[in-house]
Amino acid sequence: MSVLVNKDTRVVFTGITGKSGGFHAKQCMEYGTQVVAGVTPGKGGLKFEDKVPVFNTVTGAVENEGANTACVFVPPPFAADSILECLDAGIELIIAITEGIPVKDMAIVKRKLLETNARLIGPNCPGVITPGECKIGIMPGYIHKPGTVGIVSRSGTLTYEAVWQVTCLGYGQSTCIGIGGDPINGTNHTDAIKLFNEDPDTEAIVMIGEIGGDAEEKASEYIKEHVKKPVAGFIAGTTAPPGRRMGHAGAIVSGGSGTADAKIAAMEDAGVVVAKTPSDMGAALLEAWGK
Amino acid sequence: MNIHEYQAKQLFETYGIPCPKGAATSSKEEFGTCIDSLNDGLVVVKSQIHAGGRGKGTFTDGFQGGVKLANSKDEAIDFANRMLNNTLVTVQTGPAGREVQTIYFTEGADIEKEYYLAILMDRATSAPVVVASTEGGVEIEKVAEETPEKIFKAFVDPVIGLQAYQARGIAFKLGFEGKQAGACAKLIFNLYKMFWETDADMVEVNPMISTSDGGVMALDAKVSFDSNALYRHKDIVEFRDLNEEDPKEIEASKFDLNYIALDGNIACLVNGAGLAMATMDIINHCGGEAANFLDVGGGATAEQVTAAFKIILSDPKVEGILVNIFGGIMQCDVIAEGVIEAAKAVSLDKPLVVRLEGTNVEKGKQLLAESGIEITSADSLADAAQKIVDIVANES
Repeated sequence: MSVLVNKDTRVVFTGITGKSGGFHAKQCMEYGTQVVAGVTPGKGGLKFEDKVPVFNTVTGAVENEGANTACVFVPPPFAADSILECLDAGIELIIAITEGIPVKDMAIVKRKLLETNARLIGPNCPGVITPGECKIGIMPGYIHKPGTVGIVSRSGTLTYEAVWQVTCLGYGQSTCIGIGGDPINGTNHTDAIKLFNEDPDTEAIVMIGEIGGDAEEKASEYIKEHVKKPVAGFIAGTTAPPGRRMGHAGAIVSGGSGTADAKIAAMEDAGVVVAKTPSDMGAALLEAWGK
Repeated sequence: MNIHEYQAKQLFETYGIPCPKGAATSSKEEFGTCIDSLNDGLVVVKSQIHAGGRGKGTFTDGFQGGVKLANSKDEAIDFANRMLNNTLVTVQTGPAGREVQTIYFTEGADIEKEYYLAILMDRATSAPVVVASTEGGVEIEKVAEETPEKIFKAFVDPVIGLQAYQARGIAFKLGFEGKQAGACAKLIFNLYKMFWETDADMVEVNPMISTSDGGVMALDAKVSFDSNALYRHKDIVEFRDLNEEDPKEIEASKFDLNYIALDGNIACLVNGAGLAMATMDIINHCGGEAANFLDVGGGATAEQVTAAFKIILSDPKVEGILVNIFGGIMQCDVIAEGVIEAAKAVSLDKPLVVRLEGTNVEKGKQLLAESGIEITSADSLADAAQKIVDIVANES
């Protein structure tokens, strides 16, 4: 079992005829994901890889192919529009990979999200994977293994690092959720932890955060209050200089808030085993889990 | 992207936000004409750098204060001469300071009381927030800590924008009355319009002042913009001042590389922002110090990797390099080719530790092994960090 996505998930890729959209749609299909449709305005009627129908609109993909999940790959100036189109078409789960969406566009998207029951993951994220069943995003499939560890992270490659450590220790993942590195995202750490906490097949949780904002502190409060499952974690950016954006739009310590130290303290206070270095994430998990 | 105060004031003018009349120049010859364009009276001479704390800053030649009040034209010119092309050190510049290349002259204002006003994107509510305080001209972080009851906020629904009642509400909370409350509300309203229309990250007016003739104006202006939205603001991109940026960071931006110069001696080249930060952290944990943050992104080409190496090596502090790649989209053999090409192109003479993991890792390792370049390979991130720290420590 898993959260968010599984073997029955029917995925539409927006921006499927673009270079990276096409590349990753193909990778996801090879992994076994049910990519049922693509959307590129003006290219409706084409077949992607000779089998996946391309539509002009997301509604077309929903009505004709029963798509219930979208993977957004369109370039930043048009990404918010694509997300809003997915919302309007009744897509339940929208996974936005696009990096570099203006924060103002995301503020509007976030408001519109509140009017629906849809969930947005990202933007600026690697996507979501339930190993062995469904991969939606840009993560390398082979480092994952089906299992019972839920992983949530703001960073792409740092997640791969954690996944790989867990896999090398002989454990697998229920679902891995990349929530993205932007200051405004659809799903935050607390939302993801809640999902894992309520999923009977997730036994342990790894939460990876970084400097900026207070999502990790809020999640720690939730963990302290509600989560009995073992939780391990890591925070990147202990040595990042204040006031500088560290690659991710949301990774910035400003006015003394959003520091790694504050996040680590909050996590430890909630009983999370925090890895001292990114090499120790797997070990921290075993310690929390008592394995 | 940050801009200078005088540029922000130009935007303020466009949006009908009152501020003292001013004129800026980078040329000594124009000091006189700038001052002559202002009304007679006191002149404020302001160093233009992208850092706060200018007033309390010190120039490297000992001259005190990056913002000075002059009683006469001669005195103003004298101050300006001391500031121009001099290096100003403030709490925000770091010990190296910044060279002042533009001077901004403004008319002195008749200050009745100082206030604080800012608009920024609030992460917790994913919405813009107006922040105001009766305590102006001081650090807002300090006010927030010591007297949080003196800070007022109004959260804005981004779909409908700031409403008039919200702007009035802030004005009344700040203690304004009658027509002056209306003037303050109008200033807040226009400032929000500017914030929203220009895709600003933050606009800060510290202080906003009330004047004894019943006016309200912005005495200072600090504005930064969302870099992701600059593509739709060609006019704002014109404000970019390359003198305020590290030349290595400018070079990196040309190749779409995320590079930030730091103080240490171990350069790192990593794919992904989170992993790049974590790599800096683990270098520090092993007893070293990173010379930079460098994220080559998810799909870097050999050309980008070569550019990255050139930028890293142009930093004279660098004594060793750590390459840490977890190939997902990016395949390890592509990175290996980039490293080999770069090593040939830039005559690599610094110790290099490479840790590769992920897609095509065996092929990547093989390419490096056969390249003839002197490389220490590592199996894990911890192993890699310890190796480069030890090598650099032993050589120095």
